[in-house]
Amino acid sequence: MAALAIDLCTIIKLSGTMQIYLPIAEVSVNAFLLLGLGGFVGILSGMFGVGGGFLMTPLLFFIGIPPAVAVATEANQIVASSFSGALAHLRRRTVDLKMGTVLLSGGLIGAAIGLYIFNYLKSVGQVDLLVKLCYVIFLGIIGSLMFIESLNAIRRAKSNENVINRTNRHKGLVHTLPLKMRFKTSGLYISAIPPFAVGIFVGILSAIMGVGGGFIMVPAMIYILGMPTKVVVGTSLFQIIFVTGFATLLHATTNYTVDIALAVLLLIGGVIGAQIGTQIGSKMRAEQLRILLSVLVLLVCLKLATDLLIQPSELFSLGTIGN
Amino acid sequence: MRILAFIVMLLMFSKNLVANEQIVLGLSQDEVAITANFDGSKILLFGAIQRDAPQPDGKMGVIITIAGPSKPIAVRKKEKRFGIWVNNQTVEVDAAPSFYAVATSAPFTEIVSDVEDLRNKISVERAIRSVGAPMHIQDSQSFTEAVIRIRKDQKLYQLLENEIVVDQSTLFRTSVDMPANLTEGDYFTRIFLTRDGKIVSQFDTIIDVKKVGLERFLFNLSRENPLIYGLLSLAIAIIAGWVASSFFRYIRHT
Repeated sequence: MAALAIDLCTIIKLSGTMQIYLPIAEVSVNAFLLLGLGGFVGILSGMFGVGGGFLMTPLLFFIGIPPAVAVATEANQIVASSFSGALAHLRRRTVDLKMGTVLLSGGLIGAAIGLYIFNYLKSVGQVDLLVKLCYVIFLGIIGSLMFIESLNAIRRAKSNENVINRTNRHKGLVHTLPLKMRFKTSGLYISAIPPFAVGIFVGILSAIMGVGGGFIMVPAMIYILGMPTKVVVGTSLFQIIFVTGFATLLHATTNYTVDIALAVLLLIGGVIGAQIGTQIGSKMRAEQLRILLSVLVLLVCLKLATDLLIQPSELFSLGTIGN
Repeated sequence: MRILAFIVMLLMFSKNLVANEQIVLGLSQDEVAITANFDGSKILLFGAIQRDAPQPDGKMGVIITIAGPSKPIAVRKKEKRFGIWVNNQTVEVDAAPSFYAVATSAPFTEIVSDVEDLRNKISVERAIRSVGAPMHIQDSQSFTEAVIRIRKDQKLYQLLENEIVVDQSTLFRTSVDMPANLTEGDYFTRIFLTRDGKIVSQFDTIIDVKKVGLERFLFNLSRENPLIYGLLSLAIAIIAGWVASSFFRYIRHT
């Protein structure tokens, strides 16, 4: 009751100034700015089935949130937007729960490994560089591949040559490995090893880069596992909830860097945006959706790459030593 | 001979007087409460100089410093390697205050001598302690300069020359703007009274900067019960996601 009273007081005070002091990040930021950022990224999240972390984490750095807090809090915010998005997909039955479970069991192991690597790199003092390099490399490769692929798909659709033999292309690996499982919703009968490995890999990256990993998961599902585009977004969101939820707990207990106040503001905007985004996404064609996402991925990649290539105006940076 | 005796007498007299000058200080607040909507704080400092005898000769100066908690920091310099800019050299600064403001009643060098500055660590440059950089680093000076430059840009280090107003050589007042990105802790505040560059009186006090209310509660919870804090963040996220989903579904169905 007392906490509620404090909360109400805070909200009333906020409507006056709109500046909010974040208790863990220890900086003061504009609340509307955070709500707006959350909403914008939430729309993208719902549209593309990505957590939006690959956009939000660099944006949070940009407005002055300490990187460690941005990465951890972003994981928490992605839980909210992906849960909201996944519920909408569950109702439309566009989630492959069995595939999702295999992916997330790999993802949880990957997240634990990733956080270990992250903390090690932090102690060496090169975590910023490696995080940025990861961004540039992965966003660059995936963005270009998706862009070319979607462009070809649109071209094929225009020339009315429907290509149906796509599922045959990757027959090799996913069909020859043992531990075959039937994934009814996806209409697949493949080995469980590739999705499990994809889960681990994305889990590692999501913990290091402070993202949900949807931007890698979605193309991996389409191109490596051969899942139908219809269930890809829902299944991706479903497994992101668990992997980022686990990452949040790990960050909160080892680094104390999850900022609840920041997360609440981001997720209020985020969950609303995700709902709007899901609506927009269901009205657009898959190829258009993918080409839009690839352009976005390439833009973020380009921005980060130029930051590494152009001489920064301030050569020095300040960091903390140990604890 | 008579003149010499007069000078000696005057010197003794003035020395005696100098010791009798004392600072009496008031603060608009001795506590800065960081609330949810904390957006920086303006602290008003005012005081008086108490004298037992007429004012001695010599240029008078008042200097006020406010220093936040000191922490060691790692200063990293970027260099171009394989075509990209990466952190290369690192210098550890042993103690640098998280906040440091120096307010003076006249240009800094005019009212305090270099010796006094060195002894009392008054200027920003002296307040930062660096025991020495590794041998292979060429200009370790540029690293400490970088700390000052970066923190000055963030308004965390301030040199407020001529910002102290002195009325009739007895009353003084100034205000210091503390930015929103303050860290918690005791802010050690010193007031110096100088005559011809020499410190004749000093007054110390502490301004307590701390989080209160919800800010305090959340910060403590995150440190003392990190698992509960983490679960709480997750619960909020799940509930918010569910509420938004149900709410939008309700709108669509009506």
